[in-house]
Amino acid sequence: MLTKRIIPCLDVKNGRVVKGVKFRDHRDAGDPVELAAFYNEQGADELVFYDITASSDGREIMREVVERTAGQVFIPLTVGGGLRTVEDIRQMLAAGADKVSINTAAVLDPDFITRGAERFGNQCIVLGMDARRVPGSNPTRWEVFTHTGADGGRTSGRDAVEWAIEAVKKGAGEIVVNSIDADGTQAGYDLELLRSISEAVSVPVVASGGAGQPEDLYQALVSGKADAVLAATIFHYGTYSINDVKEYLRKKQIAVRARG
Amino acid sequence: MIAVIDYGAGNLRNVANAISRLGYEPKITGDPAEVFNAQAVVLPGVGAAADAMSNLAKLKLVRLIRRIIDEDKPFLGVCLGLQVLFTGTEEGGWHECLGIIPGSVRKLPAGLKIPHMGWNQVRQKMTHPIFEGVPDEANFYFVHSYYAEPEDKSLVAGETDYGIPFCSVIARGNLVATQFHPEKSGELGLKIYDNFIKLALGAKAGRN
Repeated sequence: MLTKRIIPCLDVKNGRVVKGVKFRDHRDAGDPVELAAFYNEQGADELVFYDITASSDGREIMREVVERTAGQVFIPLTVGGGLRTVEDIRQMLAAGADKVSINTAAVLDPDFITRGAERFGNQCIVLGMDARRVPGSNPTRWEVFTHTGADGGRTSGRDAVEWAIEAVKKGAGEIVVNSIDADGTQAGYDLELLRSISEAVSVPVVASGGAGQPEDLYQALVSGKADAVLAATIFHYGTYSINDVKEYLRKKQIAVRARG
Repeated sequence: MIAVIDYGAGNLRNVANAISRLGYEPKITGDPAEVFNAQAVVLPGVGAAADAMSNLAKLKLVRLIRRIIDEDKPFLGVCLGLQVLFTGTEEGGWHECLGIIPGSVRKLPAGLKIPHMGWNQVRQKMTHPIFEGVPDEANFYFVHSYYAEPEDKSLVAGETDYGIPFCSVIARGNLVATQFHPEKSGELGLKIYDNFIKLALGAKAGRN
């Protein structure tokens, strides 16, 4: 049986992990390569690096980080943040990334998804989507936001479910659904949003935004019908290890991969 | 030297990384002479089968790969590198492949998420050196939308369930191929490479 994937996400700026990271007995908690190795040891099923650097110098540093990680950690690695062209994608894949996550650039130019998928295969192209509930909508609707790196972003006017369907037609092989409302709250994922998208598309859906405890991940997989869960804060602060989360899920009859 | 065939498909670097990590010397190359003289050959690959076949043809590697496998030189196909060994594929309409293993490559059944992406178990159907130190039903990382169906079921070394049971490992003499990505499957994935290389270096293939 295909297991559910648990994916820690690291925000990287100028080659360093941002957000406070607290691990005991850890020499350099800010080094993404070392953290990647640490999460790999804990049983992470994949890793995501999200580059929040704005400058081109920063992207060069990011490629070095990806290269060093891929030389040491032998699990899938997705890189996202600021990828605008097929050449940007090519460079990240050449450095050792297995997938790239594209977001704003895909919203502005949906054919960018197709160009990436035709060149590198659908399995390489992950659509990252930032969605927010439309206040007072009934039935509930969500809108896709872009440029979420700064000032909370701006609405694209696109409906999240419709955008997901279109992106898959364009060639996306996976969708990471990030709820802007839930992100950072640790109050749980937006299950309704997840379920709406997961039921609408044929590709795997990854839940993002809002995890505070193992039960939230369980709900995303069961009620939200997600194929994988991405989380940052609960792992970075050491509140729960990946193994803690997997133990919890295993007890609740969710198939997850054992370490090793 | 272990040749990693470069035919414009992605994923080469991570295959080479895995081989280096084990202390062997990988060489990413599309040069027929280098490929032929290697102690072992790895054919990796992601992307579309038809593109892969046309690139292999352009680089004059089609007959060479057939010859390497005919002579039972150690050969490892990974993911698309497994699929192109077959007679043909349904991917993007019917396309002929290398025809080394009789059988066809078909789309995974509808109803489940496609691609089949993530860690799934490999049920070992035979005792084979490629599985040395690898527990039965161990998890490996898969990413694919098509699966291979060999006519000769005795070649199926490993099987995985996704809607249907499908062939996830093929073995015939010194030819081994996996549908999953051992270079992305953690320690047990590296073990698969290590087993293959040990098998290759132990094989009397008549080369350096």
